[in-house]
Amino acid sequence: MIERTPVLNALTHVILVTGLLLLLFPVWIAFVAATHDMTAVNTAPVELWPGDQFLVNLEQAWAISDMGTKFTNTVIVAVGVVVGKIAVACITAFSLVFFNYRGRMLVFWLVFITLMLPLEVRIVPTYAVAANALSPFQAMLDATGLTALIATLSGVQVNLEWNLLNSYTGLILPLVATATGTFLYRQFFLTIPDELVEAAKMDGAGPIRFLIDVLIPLSRTNIAALATIMFVYAWNQYLWPLLIITDRANYGMVAVELGTLVPDQFTTGGGTPTWHLAMAGTLIVMVPPIVVVVLMQRWFVRGLINTDK
Amino acid sequence: MADISIRNVAKSYGKDSIMQGVNLEIRNREFVVILGPSGCGKSTLLRMIAGLEAITAGEIAIAGQVVNDLEPRQRGCAMVFQNYALYPHMTVAENIGYALKVAGVGRAERRAAVERVAQSVGLNEFLDRRPGQLSGGQRQRVAMARAIIREPRVFLFDEPLSNLDAKLRVQMRHEIRRIHNRIEATSVFVTHDQHEGMTLADRLVVMNKGTIEQVGTPEEIYDHPASVYVGGFIGSPAMNFLPGQVSAARAAVVLGDGQVLDLPRDVATAADGQLVQVGLRPEQLTIVAPGTAELQARVDFVEELGSGRLYHLLVEDLPLTVLSPDKHALRDGDAVGVTVRPDALHLFGAESGRRIDARGARVAAPQVVPA
Repeated sequence: MIERTPVLNALTHVILVTGLLLLLFPVWIAFVAATHDMTAVNTAPVELWPGDQFLVNLEQAWAISDMGTKFTNTVIVAVGVVVGKIAVACITAFSLVFFNYRGRMLVFWLVFITLMLPLEVRIVPTYAVAANALSPFQAMLDATGLTALIATLSGVQVNLEWNLLNSYTGLILPLVATATGTFLYRQFFLTIPDELVEAAKMDGAGPIRFLIDVLIPLSRTNIAALATIMFVYAWNQYLWPLLIITDRANYGMVAVELGTLVPDQFTTGGGTPTWHLAMAGTLIVMVPPIVVVVLMQRWFVRGLINTDK
Repeated sequence: MADISIRNVAKSYGKDSIMQGVNLEIRNREFVVILGPSGCGKSTLLRMIAGLEAITAGEIAIAGQVVNDLEPRQRGCAMVFQNYALYPHMTVAENIGYALKVAGVGRAERRAAVERVAQSVGLNEFLDRRPGQLSGGQRQRVAMARAIIREPRVFLFDEPLSNLDAKLRVQMRHEIRRIHNRIEATSVFVTHDQHEGMTLADRLVVMNKGTIEQVGTPEEIYDHPASVYVGGFIGSPAMNFLPGQVSAARAAVVLGDGQVLDLPRDVATAADGQLVQVGLRPEQLTIVAPGTAELQARVDFVEELGSGRLYHLLVEDLPLTVLSPDKHALRDGDAVGVTVRPDALHLFGAESGRRIDARGARVAAPQVVPA
């Protein structure tokens, strides 16, 4: 819509700028708090301008919460989620769009339903599975009487167990199993003209060849968009790592670790709250997602609006 | 050697039958054009030859080998699509060479082949561009180069010219014919444009509603249309049809308003008493002074074409168009006479729609064409 409406233009800009300020203000406060020492931070009224303790606080926060290890862990998990998610989403959507088989719609709807059941909703059963990833199979064996059969025949009691608690696998897999990426890919694959598929067939390319030579290069922007979303999503995970990681020293993730910096009776024992450290930690943790989004922004937007063709 | 045999081929989607018992023999190195309106099954037939569409019944053989269960890549066909279907992320060179890459041809050999083919269609300066940076005609050339490079036995064209503008279309038409003459492949070309069909084809196949109406050289189909449908479809402006009844006694066909058109005696005898449609081509009629010709008509209106005029006449109240290079000074409503050459008169059964001649309803037999 192209219209000359100076008043409306001004109004929309005012709304935009207001929204931006509302969004940025908390970040500013966090930054300011991270630049003062404990006394200044805990004195009313709230400081609105930076002090000189920024580097000191960053260093202290980093050291206290052993951010080095936590960063490594989180990067491993985030990259694992990104790679796993893209692979799973791409292959699932490929199958759903380009092949015609019995039960295709059933698969599609099963995937669709998981959209309505995010990890937080099914966290208890997911935990049960993570505690023993083979328990569903064990249950099947038990129910069909196979366990008893094998026990009587060979004397071996079948007891399948694969514990995913306190492991990278346990952190990554449940985050990979969501439908968002599959949908993004499906919508993109649906825009691929039939004739392109047929041209590839005439050129002698089989399905895998077509996937690698045509679909994946064409979906680069989608991959970038999905990677960005999933990286930020995985980076910010709190509830799931909190639940399955008891060995915080080795497998702790940054978002959970921030919790240990936030002052409560456990961290300060009722003493003066260390908000300056909590905020410094927050700033450190915020950096990687921001860097990823800024670097990927150009691709990210194109991937979501699907105009690069 | 790649002749194509289509034997009793039918196609249906679920309960909807869209093609019934199609039989067609295409000879090696022949250029066959399948012509028909949209939805007549012509593209489906082409896609069944290519292997992109399953064959419901019957069989298709290429070079003597039944290909019903072969994958497209095993059939030795190359196809040019209407929308070009180029890989948007590959350069022109990569597009052209993709089939060779899939086939495992080495890089150097591939490059040489791409350059040779690109040269032959005038694309060598564009090899490093993406399809998005090319014009419609250039994209079409890439699509053809991509098909040529595989040295196919069978060249399939699915309305390849319909996305081009009129001038380019004629140019590409000539180019396609030249390519066909140069490479030793059998070509099957699908179109709904009768000019493309008439000009390109060694043999023309006219399809309607999933069946073949007539097969023959363009000339045969123009001169001896096998049915009302073919008569009306081929030729521009379209053939005129006037209803009448054959009378052997008068060796003529009597039109609805009592006017009489002479017929050869053997035809009149063979079809005595039959209700017929008389087909008259606008370009084979001549306008003369009223009362001096067999057919009397009135002028409805006249269209100027530059090279001639298109006269829209009324015989009683039935429309009759006459295309003539002569520019008669006629006003709307004037009475005129129209002469009909006996060889320009086509008779079709009123009910069957099939052509009637001395042998009765005639179905065009396969004709010998110089290969």
